[in-house]
Amino acid sequence: MSQAINFDPIRLPPEAEELRLEVRAFLAEEITNGGFDPTATIMKSGFDREFSKRVGAKGWIGMTWPKKYGGQERSFLERYVVTEEFRVANAPVTAHFTADRQSGPVLLKYAPEHIKLDVLPSITLGECCFCIGMSEPNSGSDLFAASTRATATDGGFLINGSKLWTSNAHQADYMIGLFRTSPCTKENRRHGLTQFLVKLKQSGITINPVRNMAGKHEFNEVLFENLFIPEDHVLGEVDGAWKQATSELAYERSGPERFLETFYVLTELVRILGDKPDARAAEGIGRLVAQVHTLRRMSVSVNGMLQAGKEPVLEGSIVKDVGTLWEQALPAHARNLSAFIDSNPTNRAAFDELLQFATTIAPKLTIQGGTTEVLRGIIARGLGLR
Amino acid sequence: MSSSDNLLVDTTTRIFQDLADPQTVNAATNEVWKTELWTALEESALTLAWVSDDRGGGGANLADGFDILNVSGRFAVPVPLGETLLAGWLLDAAGLPSPPGQMSVAPARLRDRLTIGPNGTLSGKALGIPFAGSVGFIVALADQDGMPHVVQIAPQDCTILSAPGLSGDGRDAVTFDSAAPVAMAPLPANLGDQALGLMGAAVRASQIGGALQAILNITTEYAQERTAFGRKISKFQAVQHNLAKLAGETAAAVAAASSAADTIQTMEDFNDSVFFETASAKIRVGEAAGEGAAIAHQIHGAIGFTDEHVLHRFTQRLWAWRDDFGNESEWAVQLGNFIANGGADELWPLLASR
Ligand SMILES: Cc1cc2nc3c(=O)[nH]c(=O)nc-3n(C[C@H](O)[C@H](O)[C@H](O)COP(=O)(O)OP(=O)(O)OC[C@H]3O[C@@H](n4cnc5c(N)ncnc54)[C@H](O)[C@@H]3O)c2cc1C
Repeated sequence: MSQAINFDPIRLPPEAEELRLEVRAFLAEEITNGGFDPTATIMKSGFDREFSKRVGAKGWIGMTWPKKYGGQERSFLERYVVTEEFRVANAPVTAHFTADRQSGPVLLKYAPEHIKLDVLPSITLGECCFCIGMSEPNSGSDLFAASTRATATDGGFLINGSKLWTSNAHQADYMIGLFRTSPCTKENRRHGLTQFLVKLKQSGITINPVRNMAGKHEFNEVLFENLFIPEDHVLGEVDGAWKQATSELAYERSGPERFLETFYVLTELVRILGDKPDARAAEGIGRLVAQVHTLRRMSVSVNGMLQAGKEPVLEGSIVKDVGTLWEQALPAHARNLSAFIDSNPTNRAAFDELLQFATTIAPKLTIQGGTTEVLRGIIARGLGLR
Repeated sequence: MSSSDNLLVDTTTRIFQDLADPQTVNAATNEVWKTELWTALEESALTLAWVSDDRGGGGANLADGFDILNVSGRFAVPVPLGETLLAGWLLDAAGLPSPPGQMSVAPARLRDRLTIGPNGTLSGKALGIPFAGSVGFIVALADQDGMPHVVQIAPQDCTILSAPGLSGDGRDAVTFDSAAPVAMAPLPANLGDQALGLMGAAVRASQIGGALQAILNITTEYAQERTAFGRKISKFQAVQHNLAKLAGETAAAVAAASSAADTIQTMEDFNDSVFFETASAKIRVGEAAGEGAAIAHQIHGAIGFTDEHVLHRFTQRLWAWRDDFGNESEWAVQLGNFIANGGADELWPLLASR
């Protein structure tokens, strides 16, 4: 028998469960104080720098990082609890989550020491927002087609070209950008791209909004015109960004945010179906809950592997593939299961509003951060088929 | 399955590899191998793993038993290993010794109920009893004056209407008409029909997880061997994506099953956590069984639809096992009612508690 797919039944340790209580108390107090409004976070915006600062003050951003960079040196499983509780509470994490999940770990691994000491602590304080500059007009799934150029010049590089779909670029302080430093080679079409730390608020960068179909301004077009980036802002190997991608993927793909984005629909569905659902509705709820429970158990298991120092790229990709399809299908299930609920204005209206919103944003869930098709390619590679 | 440093898992794997290799037994012209397989399992104390040492069993913990069952699933086990484990567990829970040989359990459907009359005989009808026609004893859970009892019955003392079932292993309708027990004892009050249903569901979940792991391997290997249009079919993106989906279903099934097994192992009682985890697991593995079997057949083409190929040994058992001890719909209704009863605001705390 070749390799077996295993997901050990990892349980969250007592310190993580203690932390959960602390996080819940914090969130409850925030809601009571008007610190944030969960419904507004879902329907309007999840970007709130003041909230991020309060989270930073609790030590819950970059919490797995070394103390000398502002981290808390806590475990992945503790971070897991913080992430899932914030998600389910619909707390506005947009201003810090990208840096916490993705950009910070990249800097930790590839940035020079003085930059780490400069940037990482401000991330942990919730004072520094990141965006991801990978996709371009002609380079989405095929990341290695990126053509925005970084040309070597005295003491650094000059950037020319554009990024597209850059979430929160208009509100962020930094981007981690992927730029072309050399043409690809015959032997390796992935060669020639380099990751850079880019300070956003300076001349040479123009950021234009791109409204999404939910009517919101979240992603952007980012234009670069002779933007100078100093040499020490290169992250990792020049021309070798392709080697750096894989180890980040497991972190990026396996978190609870990969199946909980529409979870509020399930909670509200249970609410309007009431305590005596008919068999059809009960079965529907039962199946949905069985799915989300299983996804969560898979995701915790992958985070246990990360904590143990493994690189569960295959398992992480599976969680994202199954998870994003589930969170995408959830609004449609809820629509079917709620079909026979009376139009009691006190709860039906609120439910319908959330359901409509979730239905509208559902298409993006299997596109952002790598499409279903791309993920399946990665899983196929993990199975040894490529 | 936690790790391969588990001696019981290694032993079980070796026995199945040596004596029940799916390819070999699929081509066998007689069933001598079944006897040899059973003898080997019995000699290694695997069949009564859940019976305590002092009652002649293997004295393994529940988690070890579920690991054994995962392995048995990887070989599409064609003997009543899961059923005998369950029967031994029931007898042991009632303080009764277990006989050697093969056993089955009743009821195996969530809605069937058996009763013990005032004269101490067993009555009632239980459908879909696996292997009922070929085992030495049927161990039944029955009610006497509101108290659950374990009853050991000889098959010749009941009426068995044999049917092969989806797996061909036998899913028999058993009628007990004032059947006289070989042995009988009350169960502790915390065990009853629901506990048996949950244990049975967890047994099948472990086996389905194992069978899907094997199917993923078999199907992946086949795709890398079979050529069409001048290429290995594994090079077609549609086939790759189907295999990726199969990997997702397998992963979900294994994760759900091992989480439920772990919960049963760590909880002292068949409490709400056990119900929540096991019901979820049976629902999810049942869905994965259907989806996974369909994908595996699609990738195999016609050869997978033959008697000669091993695939059907797995897929037919997946279809049989997902029906035993509650199918997805039955558990989903129970779980849905449980969630509804707790209310919307208890849903997340419940999920997070596991
Ligand atoms: C809400 C949202 C936020 C985003 N935020 C960011 C961000 O912050 N930063 C950033 O860099 N990007 C961001 N993106 C962009 C995202 O990463 C890309 O949209 C994604 O990688 C797909 O690229 P594309 O849109 O160009 O689609 P394409 O790559 O053109 O794909 C179109 C279709 O073709 C399929 N396809 C492509 N290649 C293959 C193949 N080899 N095999 C099979 N099918 C294939 C795809 O799966 C898809 O179905 C965001 C996207 C969304 C929707």
